[in-house]
Amino acid sequence: MNALETRQLTLSYGEKNIIESLDLTIPRGKITVFIGSNGCGKSTLLRSLARLLKPKEGAILLDGSSIAKCSTKEVAKRLSILPQGPTAPEGLTVFQLVKQGRYPYQNWLQQWSEEDEKMVNKALEATQLSELAHRPVDSLSGGQRQRAWIAMTLAQGTETILLDEPTTYLDMSHQIEILDLLDELNQTEQRTIIMVLHDLNLACRYAHHIIAVHDQTVYAEGPPEEVMTEELVRTVFDMDCQITLDPLYDTPMCIPYSKNRLANIPRKKAEVI
Amino acid sequence: MRALLPNSFSKISGIFIILLFMAYLAYASLIFGVIDTSWQNAVEAYTNYNGTNEHIIIKEVRVPRVLNAIAVGFSLGIAGTLLQSLTRNPVADSELFGLNAGAALFVVIAITFFGISSLTLFTWIAFAGSAIAGIIVYILGSFGREGLSPVKLTLAGAAITAFAASMRHGMLVINEKALDEVLFWLSGSVGGRNVDYLISVLPYMLLAWIAAFLLARPIQTLLMGEDVAKGLGQRTMLVKIITGVVIVLLSGSAVAVAGPIGFVGLITPHLARYLVGNDTRWIMLYSGLLGSILLLAADLGARFIAMPAEVPIGVMTALIGIPFFIYVARKGLSKG
Repeated sequence: MNALETRQLTLSYGEKNIIESLDLTIPRGKITVFIGSNGCGKSTLLRSLARLLKPKEGAILLDGSSIAKCSTKEVAKRLSILPQGPTAPEGLTVFQLVKQGRYPYQNWLQQWSEEDEKMVNKALEATQLSELAHRPVDSLSGGQRQRAWIAMTLAQGTETILLDEPTTYLDMSHQIEILDLLDELNQTEQRTIIMVLHDLNLACRYAHHIIAVHDQTVYAEGPPEEVMTEELVRTVFDMDCQITLDPLYDTPMCIPYSKNRLANIPRKKAEVI
Repeated sequence: MRALLPNSFSKISGIFIILLFMAYLAYASLIFGVIDTSWQNAVEAYTNYNGTNEHIIIKEVRVPRVLNAIAVGFSLGIAGTLLQSLTRNPVADSELFGLNAGAALFVVIAITFFGISSLTLFTWIAFAGSAIAGIIVYILGSFGREGLSPVKLTLAGAAITAFAASMRHGMLVINEKALDEVLFWLSGSVGGRNVDYLISVLPYMLLAWIAAFLLARPIQTLLMGEDVAKGLGQRTMLVKIITGVVIVLLSGSAVAVAGPIGFVGLITPHLARYLVGNDTRWIMLYSGLLGSILLLAADLGARFIAMPAEVPIGVMTALIGIPFFIYVARKGLSKG
């Protein structure tokens, strides 16, 4: 069965439709990456999949049943989302942050259980933050901070994890660190990972399934090798490029053309033309 | 920033120390004033009442004062914590949210247009004014695409405060008699009010105190941001609405008993955070207790600064509050 499905999904802000009548299926146990230009609606789509945005029309199915009809706490036990650029209150410690991941399992009577404690410690270990558990989040580096937020979604113990641009504002080594962590979660625990990424080359390297969003709908979807073409990049990103292979992993790699750079390197120019 | 009281043991011990200090201030407030009396006299006023001046003062003036200060301070401290959390604004308090201004405007309208001058009626009119201002601020703050947002709420509060204040000033300029009647009320006081006013709003206060502590955990989660809280399965709109109602109940009943007292709700959440760190439940409890202490102390100070005249307590809290406000604002700026 698919992890998530949309049926005739229409999303809008006010009068303007962002996504129109979309049928989409997202495979279980795989890493799915949404790509698309700024403002194409990929983040909006991701947010709606996590029920942060109410669809104008249509439905979103989680394990075959509509999430609008499930209690939001029940959904939170099966699906977690890390929004774009989250900020923790000043002085909050890593442990306090990760602890919030247990919110859906608590109520007035059931406050804090051994299971909660166990899940939080497991999440801290998986993200290698056990040592930093009692440090304030705002004193950490960007990469550590993002790992702390991911630890919070892990503590939620959900099969499906959605992440909106988890690598934004991170330098290259921290981007790899975060993506390696997610990759490992997918491989060792078969979690379904769904995320928005801006870096096409990293998207191709880590994704099993790529979904290119363009013009209020899905322009193309499938394995990176099939989806990533020069023509797609031209249409979706309005950019000319050359697709080659990543020398390390043989996944597609997109090398964009620049307007004026080639003129300065006559040898290359001759080769390309 | 590391909390001064990091673990549960030190936090609970802290509560006891605060309660002891509060008892001491309450004792001082009973005994000292224009007429100094003694502890024995205070006890006798209840066990063996003989109608002397001292007994009357204790029963009719001093005891109500102490009880008012404790209840109003506790409410303002909690309301401040809730407001600062809900708006994610470290300098929010009921003074800056139109709640006090709304109450004051209603009382002035009642005097000017309806000739009302009974303190009992002021209680309910103030409560209503505060509630209505709160509702308007809430509605204004929820307009637009993404619904209730901290910035819009803060702006709406500022606008309603300015509006209510200018209307009030306008009316008072025209009607000098009302000015005399309302002036003392307007600067806030826990004295000169029978304990009946407190008793009449106490059920609302108690309800709001309990609700506030039940809200602490959801609010802690909401502080992580609206999207994060929703993702964790919180019905954020519901939490925000209930929080708003509790704030109005707290500020409304406080202003009904003591008139508009600013700055208590601004200061105490910060002191509480400094002491206990980030746990909203502890912050709320500490902020409430510190609010009681602050009002007791301000009320004592108000008696002694210009003896035998009395400085309004609102002036005392403002004197303490303004430097603090500037400190918090500057600290926030240097961070940003």
